[in-house]
Amino acid sequence: MAGEKVIHLTDAEFGKKVLEAAIPTLLDFWAPWCGPCRAIGPVIEELAEEFAGKVQIAKMNVDENPATPGKYAVRAIPTLILFKNGQVLEQITGAVGKAQLSAMINKAL
Amino acid sequence: MNPADYQLVIIGGGPAGLTAGIYAARARLKAVLLENGAVAGQVLTTDWVDNYPGFPDGISGFELIDRMTAQAARFGLETRQAQVTGLDIALPIKKVHLESGETITSRALIIATGARPNQLGVPGEKELTGKGVSYCATCDGPFYRDQEIAVVGGGDTAVQEAEHLTKFASRVTVVHRRAQLRATQIIQEKAFANPKIHFLWNTQVKGIEGTAGVQRLHLQTNDGQEGSLAVTGVFVLIGTTPNNDFLPLEQLGSDKHGFVLTDGEMRTKIPGIMAAGDIRSKNVRQIVNGAGEGAVAVLAAVDYLNDFE
Repeated sequence: MAGEKVIHLTDAEFGKKVLEAAIPTLLDFWAPWCGPCRAIGPVIEELAEEFAGKVQIAKMNVDENPATPGKYAVRAIPTLILFKNGQVLEQITGAVGKAQLSAMINKAL
Repeated sequence: MNPADYQLVIIGGGPAGLTAGIYAARARLKAVLLENGAVAGQVLTTDWVDNYPGFPDGISGFELIDRMTAQAARFGLETRQAQVTGLDIALPIKKVHLESGETITSRALIIATGARPNQLGVPGEKELTGKGVSYCATCDGPFYRDQEIAVVGGGDTAVQEAEHLTKFASRVTVVHRRAQLRATQIIQEKAFANPKIHFLWNTQVKGIEGTAGVQRLHLQTNDGQEGSLAVTGVFVLIGTTPNNDFLPLEQLGSDKHGFVLTDGEMRTKIPGIMAAGDIRSKNVRQIVNGAGEGAVAVLAAVDYLNDFE
């Protein structure tokens, strides 16, 4: 089923599951009150299917997890940050298309 | 014997595209609605819709879209998540090229790709986008609790969203290049009565400054005086740019801003291709006329298909 491959992360899990992860992570900062965040939801799920095993596709609710967005100065959502080896490789803000996100993720491979 | 995959392809999943979808499904056309996730309509970024008929207490932008989507689904509309990369419209059977590499064919097309927010085009804007520069008040307002922020613009969107932002920010300064607002009267009245909203008239933003995030705006009045305004966020709400990247505008016909020209039945100059909603060249961009145009476009498509078949 679509959607099962997207990981939902909390502030507490961020270090271990993203910074120390063996593979790159695309982290989608979102909130339920943000229409564009909901609009790109299906795209995020498709990306999780397509990049399964190669890149983790994760989401973090910024309402419930303020620390991580604070650390990365996220002040707009959706913001998508691509992490590799504990570093920020690239960052994109706003609802962008699947092609642009795929191209961004491919840079981490 | 049908040489095309579809009778009608609708491109865009905002109010115009979804209304077209409802009408197309009820007309029993073999139709598909393509939406790319990213551009499901500017209405998604609207906090509260108070002027769409039938919702006496108003409705949130995304709930309205959810309901339109459910309504289209009830009549069996096929929808696909797909990004369109190009159109071939030289022949009566039109080709729609998708980002996946696939091509689908259709006799008629409705272009409802909408518009996206304009940028100011000033130094610092690009660098600080997502770090204090925002184009969506509903998305980003909650990041500015008890902070002083600015809104640029003077239309419905700017003034209504300034009002919304006062739920979070301690002070909202509306920077407007003219001496009066263009916003609807009732929206203006609410803003003028709100003690958290202040106005800077006849003033333009010349630059956005800050290191890790926005710290101040560089301003200039229309008579040449320069100044600055300390804010941690700036919401740029100054009209829209058409989502026309993949459209063959020279064939379809467009105005000087790149919005698609149509007649009163939503027909472009290419037979079988209609445009509806914010992508159209027009003066009024509201949800209600976007939806209405979606319906009109389908009826034009039905006429075209009847002549075709």
